[in-house]
Amino acid sequence: MTAPMDVTGGDTQATPEAVVDASGGKAIQGRSLGQIAWMRLKRDKVALAGGLIVILLILIAVFAPVIVGAFGQDPTQFNSDLIDSSTMAPKTGTGISAEHLFGLEPVNGRDIFSRVVYGARISLLIAFLATLLSVVIGTLLGVTAGYFGGLVDSIISKTMDVFLAFPILVFAIALAGIVPDSAFGLTGDTLRVSLLVFIIGFFNWPYIGRIIRGQTLSLREREFVDAARSLGARGPYIIFRELLPNLVAPILVYATLLIPTNVLFEAALSFLGVGVRPPTPTWGGMLSDAVRFYTIPHFMFFPGMAIFITVLAFNLFGDGLRDALDPKAR
Amino acid sequence: MVTYIIRRLIWAFVMLTIVSIVTFAIFFLVPRLAGATSESLAARYVGRTASAEQVKIAAEKLGFNDPLVVQYGRFAKGIVAGADYDYGPGVEHCPAPCFGYSFLTRLPVWPDLMDRLPVTISLAIGAAVIWVIAGVATGVLSALKRGSVFDRAAMSVALAGVSLPIFFTGIVSLVVFSYGTPFRITAPGGSFTPFDENPAMWAYNLILPWITLAFLYAAGYARLTRAGMLETMNEDYIRTARAKGLNERTVVVKHGLRGALTPILTIFGLDLGLLLGGAVLTESTYSLPGMGKYAIDAILAQDLPKVMGVTLVAAFFVVFANLIVDLLYAVVDPRVRLG
Repeated sequence: MTAPMDVTGGDTQATPEAVVDASGGKAIQGRSLGQIAWMRLKRDKVALAGGLIVILLILIAVFAPVIVGAFGQDPTQFNSDLIDSSTMAPKTGTGISAEHLFGLEPVNGRDIFSRVVYGARISLLIAFLATLLSVVIGTLLGVTAGYFGGLVDSIISKTMDVFLAFPILVFAIALAGIVPDSAFGLTGDTLRVSLLVFIIGFFNWPYIGRIIRGQTLSLREREFVDAARSLGARGPYIIFRELLPNLVAPILVYATLLIPTNVLFEAALSFLGVGVRPPTPTWGGMLSDAVRFYTIPHFMFFPGMAIFITVLAFNLFGDGLRDALDPKAR
Repeated sequence: MVTYIIRRLIWAFVMLTIVSIVTFAIFFLVPRLAGATSESLAARYVGRTASAEQVKIAAEKLGFNDPLVVQYGRFAKGIVAGADYDYGPGVEHCPAPCFGYSFLTRLPVWPDLMDRLPVTISLAIGAAVIWVIAGVATGVLSALKRGSVFDRAAMSVALAGVSLPIFFTGIVSLVVFSYGTPFRITAPGGSFTPFDENPAMWAYNLILPWITLAFLYAAGYARLTRAGMLETMNEDYIRTARAKGLNERTVVVKHGLRGALTPILTIFGLDLGLLLGGAVLTESTYSLPGMGKYAIDAILAQDLPKVMGVTLVAAFFVVFANLIVDLLYAVVDPRVRLG
């Protein structure tokens, strides 16, 4: 195994006086890490814009039936009367009208606006739940490996290595592809959503796990951990009461940055035909349908832009959050 | 150094073994948990017209009734020593390395995979050259001119780049540059000319997938390089190098970039390894007959032996790339200790 050698070495003279000197003088009013981060985040207009779009997207997903209902459209309803039966394209070219804001799909004439709105539900639901799964597994195993070290660390670290050696996308497609339409006591969308959450979440945890392990390795050498231990605290107490609160910032940042990756992952699986099954609308599935009708650009434009805006918004917000919480920049 | 290499090689072998066991377990266990029987698996070999009795005999002959451990042992032996497949009409010999025998084409998987490999290698290597040069150069320039118009523009484009799914940019690029009449500069996807047959046609057919794939990765690499450069250029050894009177170019390239490149090397190894195992999305979007397309076609056709074979070969590339990266680390980063 490779390990960076300690090249600086000599910094053992850090006395308590030096620490006091460094923080003394200017510090008059105490601020918590959260307050400092919020102050920084407020100044970062780009990150705030990203955060705002994220909130908007969540609202759209939650209130999809209300939004779609306001236009009187159903995402799975065919509008064959508005489709030209020889070209399979909408009669007016795009089908865009006051009722169909984003136009109609070729062939069956489903309303694109309501499908894009409903697509946000699947996309965000899977991305959030998969991220949650990765974060829970990654944090628990990462902290355990970092805190206990030794054999426990070796086993967990090697497991992460093996996970990272899997060709994730091929594996995910294969796994999502071989499970039939009804299995494990579930059917339909519930089965597909649970399956995708499980697959995406399960293959992404080592990325978080590695980061948390590294952070724990440095945290456990800190004085407050020594203090807790000398007061008689045991492993679980130290992990949950001393280490985890200090890991909230990196967990939050990497969770935020994992969500857009998972949005792309879900879209890719749907694009390849192994995601949530039609007729349930997914952005990836819409794009895949649009390939055959590339001469009708609006058909691929709306789902494509939906993915782009969602991923971009999460990335902007996540980047801003990282900058705001980064202790090195303090 | 030699013991280090040997230890890494052994670990790589162990990892591949674990991956193969897990892959085998999942692909032959999950369908069973979900309701498949030995007969329904054997039925894929003998065809739909076979009688129930024939299917039963085939299942027995193919060993689908044996415990999974025995089946895995046979699979592993096939890779090393070859295997014979007896599905009824006759015994087929599958020479080593035997990665199984397709349900549908009734042909060994390995030669098929080797046919597809040149496509994927061409795609991955070509794109990798473009993205490393473009990504690292952009990242370094952005870091050196932090806050400038160039930096802001490059980072905005890079952020957009990492936020775009490749199957979207891929279709758009095809519509604009290939199918569309106004800017038609390249042939539509779906055709691959081997390099040794006609290098010009090879590049012409791949240029669009290369650029699309490279754009996605270059964006990520530019962001990483910029962050890494900003960090290393603040290190003490950079100040030392400047104090020694070295010119700025030497400081940036030999000291700054070298420090910033090590984390990028790790990620490059993983990325390239994953891509060589099949650029599934790119190959699907451009209909390139590579390993990724092979994988997705096999999955959609439920051809388990093919899926198994392609997954293992893909895992091999990831493990192999990681091995190379670890060995390179010892060369690039003087701080790395071998132990």
